Amino acid sequence: MDSSILFSLRLSFQVAFLATLLATPLGILIAYLLAMKNFRGKGALDAFFTLPLVLPPVVVGYYLIVLFGKNGIIGKFLYEATGWSIMFTWYAAVLASFFVAFPLMVKTTKAAIEAVDKNLVDASYTLGHTEWDTALKVILPLAKRGIIAGSILTFARALGEFGATLMFAGNIPGKTNTVPLAIFTYMTSGQYTKAHIMAVLFTLISAISLYMANKYGGSAIR
Amino acid sequence: MRKKLYFLCLLLSIFLPLIGGGCSTRKKELIVSAAASLKDSFEEIGKAFERENKGTKVLFNFAGSGFLRVQIEGGAVVDVFASAGEKDIDLLEKKGLIKRGTRRDFAENEIVLISPARSKLDLHSFSQLSQPVVKYIAIADPKLAPVGQYSKEFLEKQNLWKDVEKKIIPAGDVKGVLDYVARGEVDVGIVYRTDALIFSKAVKILAVPPRGSYTPPRYPIAVMKNCREPALAEEFILFVSSPTGQGILKKYGFRTVALGNG
Repeated sequence: MDSSILFSLRLSFQVAFLATLLATPLGILIAYLLAMKNFRGKGALDAFFTLPLVLPPVVVGYYLIVLFGKNGIIGKFLYEATGWSIMFTWYAAVLASFFVAFPLMVKTTKAAIEAVDKNLVDASYTLGHTEWDTALKVILPLAKRGIIAGSILTFARALGEFGATLMFAGNIPGKTNTVPLAIFTYMTSGQYTKAHIMAVLFTLISAISLYMANKYGGSAIR
Repeated sequence: MRKKLYFLCLLLSIFLPLIGGGCSTRKKELIVSAAASLKDSFEEIGKAFERENKGTKVLFNFAGSGFLRVQIEGGAVVDVFASAGEKDIDLLEKKGLIKRGTRRDFAENEIVLISPARSKLDLHSFSQLSQPVVKYIAIADPKLAPVGQYSKEFLEKQNLWKDVEKKIIPAGDVKGVLDYVARGEVDVGIVYRTDALIFSKAVKILAVPPRGSYTPPRYPIAVMKNCREPALAEEFILFVSSPTGQGILKKYGFRTVALGNG
């Protein structure tokens, strides 16, 4: 296989893995808050974390540039302090994938936590466990399948991220061209054979991810 | 009641667009795929053409020429194709997708080095691109847009490509390069002179390659084989080469080309 195809594959996995690594703990935390707590603005928070699921990735990319670009609201301070800008680096691809895939982690985990038997939670409190202990020893273990399924879905979505990545990380060969971006370049420059190989390969990988999410996730995502 | 109202809305939303479409079929429509660098000038030419030919509507599809070619190869319904550079239109001609005898060159452009208007970098030649102060150089992706090929060709001829290759940020087309530069996300970029002029508030021109140091970008235009309105399409091409069309192109900074087949 072509070395550029191998690079894109490796980069895609690296990006998706790191995005999932970020999204999993953060997603569990947000999902726990949304499922177990009652507070003002909960509905708004829920909607906020679901938004990237329905927004066009291009819009997510736009916000990322406005926030984290060299002249962005946050990016400007980062650049002035360190002389470094995240744009056009592979970390930008991680951030883009993270934002786009995050809702899948939150939604799936929230559903799993909500499905935990409330009697067991109450029993844990009655037996004198703190909230921290209850969450770690009762709720999360019981919601384990949903959390695993959420991570796998997040990984699959992060792997396939295109629009926000194209805008925020750029399509730089040998640096930020993940598989979806490489397929786009091959396709638009008429290299159909390479586009074909990568598309089929990618479909297989995504299908395997979904199969695993179903298998390990069980009822949590069905 | 609410259900009925909802249903009515649904029906309307499906059929209203069809009614609109039915009325407009009397208007003659021309779909023109044109290189991204032609966007502003062609939009003006299109309006002038519509004014002179009542009852016609010119619809534009702007993108990198390579992308437009792939669309046409894939069977997109396009009546006229105006490309930046000969390569993409040559490829279409070889595949027999162009109507014979309709192709002609209508304009010439040149590439320039630009930076954000507020940039503090003191650069005034291409050879300074290898200096470490220049971290990112945006060019159009040579695989996707001719301006990228011209930029690369020029840098190679100046023996600069090897030094700057690592700094290159490829964009999908020339407008993408302009956007990166205008936002200040890159230090410099290479675009067509015409694009730099349109964005003169946000970017400034640092250097222009001497004439003869690379093949200057020429713009050919042709009617497509499966054109639905061949007579109108040929009229449009003539209009682009007419004094009115050439005047508009000149206004946007293109060099005009003597009439003749490319």
